[in-house]
Amino acid sequence: MSQNTNKIMAWIDDRLPVTQTYEKHMSKYYAPKNFNFWYFFGVLSMLMLVNQILTGIWLTMQFTPSAEAAFASVEYIMRDVEWGWLIRYMHSTGATFFFVAVYLHMMRAVLYGSYQKPRELIWIFGMLIYLALMAEAFMGYVLPWGQMSYWGAQVIISLFSVMPYGDLLTEWIRGDFLISGATLNRFFALHVVAVPLVIVALVVMHLLALHEVGSNNPDGVDIKKHKDENGKPLDGIPFHPYYTVHDLVGIVVFLMVFCTVLFFFPEGNGFMLEYANFEPANGLKTPEHIAPVWYFGAFYAILRAVPDKLLGVIAMGAAIAVLFVLPWLDRSPVRSWRYKGLLSRIYIVIFGFNFVLLTWLGTQPATETLTLIAQIASVIYFGWFVFLPLAPMFEKTKPVPERVTGGH
Amino acid sequence: MSQDGVNKARRTLLVGATAGVGAVGAGFLAVPFVKSWMPSEKAKAAGAPAKIDVSKVEAGAMITAEWRGKPVYVVRRTQAMLEELGNLADRLKDPANGNKAQQPGYADNEFRSRKPEIMVVLGVCTHLGCAPKYFPEVKPEQFDPNWKGGWFCPCHGSRFDLSGRVFQGSPASDNLVIPPYMFEDDNVVVVGVDEETA
Amino acid sequence: MKLGMKKIFALVAAFVPAVALAAGGNVHLDEHRTDLHDTASLQRGAQTFTNYCMGCHSMEHARYNRVAKDLGIPEDLMMENLMFADKKFGDRMTIAMDQVDSKRWFGATPPDLTLVARVRRPDWLYTYLRSFYEDTSRPWGVNNVVFKDVGMPHVLAELQGKQVYGTALVEDGFDTLTGQPILVEKEHVLSIAEEGTLSEAEYDKLVYDLVNFMVYMAEPIAVERERLGWWVLLFLAIFFVPVYFLNKEFWRDIK
Repeated sequence: MSQNTNKIMAWIDDRLPVTQTYEKHMSKYYAPKNFNFWYFFGVLSMLMLVNQILTGIWLTMQFTPSAEAAFASVEYIMRDVEWGWLIRYMHSTGATFFFVAVYLHMMRAVLYGSYQKPRELIWIFGMLIYLALMAEAFMGYVLPWGQMSYWGAQVIISLFSVMPYGDLLTEWIRGDFLISGATLNRFFALHVVAVPLVIVALVVMHLLALHEVGSNNPDGVDIKKHKDENGKPLDGIPFHPYYTVHDLVGIVVFLMVFCTVLFFFPEGNGFMLEYANFEPANGLKTPEHIAPVWYFGAFYAILRAVPDKLLGVIAMGAAIAVLFVLPWLDRSPVRSWRYKGLLSRIYIVIFGFNFVLLTWLGTQPATETLTLIAQIASVIYFGWFVFLPLAPMFEKTKPVPERVTGGH
Repeated sequence: MSQDGVNKARRTLLVGATAGVGAVGAGFLAVPFVKSWMPSEKAKAAGAPAKIDVSKVEAGAMITAEWRGKPVYVVRRTQAMLEELGNLADRLKDPANGNKAQQPGYADNEFRSRKPEIMVVLGVCTHLGCAPKYFPEVKPEQFDPNWKGGWFCPCHGSRFDLSGRVFQGSPASDNLVIPPYMFEDDNVVVVGVDEETA
Repeated sequence: MKLGMKKIFALVAAFVPAVALAAGGNVHLDEHRTDLHDTASLQRGAQTFTNYCMGCHSMEHARYNRVAKDLGIPEDLMMENLMFADKKFGDRMTIAMDQVDSKRWFGATPPDLTLVARVRRPDWLYTYLRSFYEDTSRPWGVNNVVFKDVGMPHVLAELQGKQVYGTALVEDGFDTLTGQPILVEKEHVLSIAEEGTLSEAEYDKLVYDLVNFMVYMAEPIAVERERLGWWVLLFLAIFFVPVYFLNKEFWRDIK
C-alpha cells in the first residue's frame, strides 16, 4: 500500500511539485519555537476566511439580490430553508470573529515589530487584505437591504462626494441617483466574486512573502543567525507537526468562543446584527442613529471627530493610510516591545486600548461629550505614529538576546 | 528538538483519537450544508396536495390540473371507452402493469384507477417528459390508422391508451405515471396524498 | 512592563462606565421577562394577535404550519381559530388590507410585524402597548407615551379601558401607623380613568403574552438554537481533550 502511494506520489511529483511544496511550506518550514498566544491569529483568520467563503456560497444559493426581494429572502433563509438560520448566523458571526482575529493578528505585529525589515512587504500585503476585507464587509452588510444596510451605504458612499468630481463619482458608484437596487446588485457581484478572489490572492502573496523571509517571534530575534550543522535554525522547529497540532488547540478554543456567541448571542447585543437592520430599507425614513458595525468603529469615530466633512474624510483616510507606512516610521533598532524603552512600551499599550475605545465610540451616537473624547482619542491615535520615528532619538533600548527566550 | 524516547504508541493513539473525534465533528458540520439543499418550506407548500373538483368534468372530457409543477390529466371516461380498453392488450408494451413503479397499488388494475370512470394520470411522457396531447375520438389518425382513443405525444410520437398504457412502436418504454391520489368525496380528488401514506 | 500594563488597564476600565453614562437615555421602559418556553403564553398571544392585530398587520415572513408546530397547536384547531378562511395551512401570514388604502387611513401603512420584536425589542413593545392615553387632538383620539403621535389607534382599548396621562394620585409607601398606603400626587403618570373588560393585572398579562408571541415570531428558531448550542459546546469540550494531549505529546520533543 505504502509502496503504491509512493509510486503515485512520484508520478505526480514528476509533473507537479506537490511534495516539494509541502516540505517547503509545512514539514520543512522552520518556525521559531517560542510562538505565544498572539501567534494563533493568523491561522484563525484563515479559518474565518474559509468559514465566510463556505457559508457565503451556501447563502448565495438561497439569497435573492434584488431590492424587492432581498430582505424577504434573508427571512426565507432564516425560516424556510432547512438549517438556513445556522448558515446565516455562521456568516454574520464569522464576519465579527474574522475582524477580531485580524485585529489581534495586527496587534501581534505591533508588539513584536513583525512589520520591520525584511518583512515590510508582508505587512503591506496584510494591510491590503485589511482594506479589501473592510470593503467586503461593508458591501456584505448592504445585501440584506435593511434600514442600516441602506443608510450605512448612503452615509459611506456620500463621503466620496468630497473628492474631485464627487457628485459624478457617487452617482457612478451607486449606479443611480440614490442608493437603490442597482447598488445592491453590483455590491452582490463584488462581494460574492470579485473581492473574495482578491482577498484569496492577497493571502497567498502574504504567506509566500512570509515564508520567503521566515516568521518573526516575540523576542524579535533572527533565528536564521544561528543554524546547526545541517543548516536548520537552532531555535526553529518544523511547522508540521509542531505548529499544526499547536494551532489545533487554538482553533478549538476559538471555536468554543465562536460557538458561544453564534448559538447564544447571534445579534451580539446589536453590535453584530444591528437591530435597525431587521426593518426593511426605507429611503424616506432615516433611522434615529446610523452606526456602522463595530469593526469599522475606530475609523468612523475619527471621521466624526473632525467637524469638517472634507477634513473628516481626509483624517479617516489618513488613519488607515498611515498604517501602511508603519515599517518606515518605526525606526527602533529593536523589533520587539520587550526590548524597547519604557515610554514605547507604555504608548503601545495605550495605543491598543485607545483603538478599542475608538472602536466603541464609533458605534455610539455623537453626543458632545463623546465627540470630545473621540477627538482626544484621535490625537492619541495619530500621536503614536509621530512618536515612533522620534522615540529612538531619546530612548534607550534593552539588549536583545542572541537566542529566543521563554520557549513555548 | 529531539525525537529520542518517543512513545510511538501514544502518539499514534492521540493522532487517531484527534482524527476520529475530528471526523465526527466534520460530519456534524456537514449536516446543515447538505440538508439545506432539501426542498424548503416554500417548495413544500407549493408542492402540497392539489384538490381537483371533478364534478363539472363532462363525459369523455379531460381537464388539466397541476401538482408539483407537473400537469395532471383527469378524464371522465365513458362506458364505451372503458370497454375498448380490454381489446388492446396485444398492441401494448406493458398491458398488465408489469412495471409496478408506474402506479400505486390501488391503480394496479386494468383501468389503472381507483374508480373506472375517473382517470387520474400525470401528463408527462415517459420518454423524455413532454406533455402528451389528448385524442379521445375513436377514428384513424395520422400517427395510428387503428386509433382507439388515448394520448399522442407530439415530441417523438409515443402513443398511450385511455389508461395511460404505452403502445408498442413508441419511443417511450413505460406506461404513464399514476400519482398518489384519493377521493375526498365523490366530487373532489386530492392529488399528492392517499390514505396509505397520509 | 506588567506593572505599567496593569495600571493602564485599570485606568481605562474605570473610564468606561462614565463614558457609557454620557451616552444618554430616554423614556423608562418596563421590563418584559420573555419566556419562549411558556407555550401556553405563546398560544394566548397568538390568539390575541389574530383577533386584534391581523386585520391591519401582516406577519408575512412566517408560515401558519410552522407556528402551529412550534406552539403545539393541531392543524384543525389552527385552521379554525387562528387562520382566515381562504388560507392554506402552508401559507405565509399575509393579509388582505390594501397598502395604499391603509396609508391613507392611518397616515402610514401599518407595518409588517414579523420582525418588530427584533427592531424595537420586547421591553419597548410591552411598554408601548400599555402606554396609550386619551388625547382628543389626535385623529384616533389617542396618543402614546413611548411613541409620540403614533398613527395607530388603541386597538386593545375595549380590554384596557380608558387611560389618561397627567397628574394623578399614586401609591408611595405605607403609613407606618395605619398601615394604609400613602397617596401622593405625581406628574407624568398613566392611570386608568374608566375600566375596560380586563383588570389592570389581566391586561398586563394579555400584553405580556402578546409580546412573548411577537418575540417568538421574530426568531422562531431561538429555543432550538440555544438547545443545539449546548450540544455543540459539549462536543468541543470533548474534542479539546485529545487535541490538548496531542499537542502536549508532540511538544515533548521541544526543549
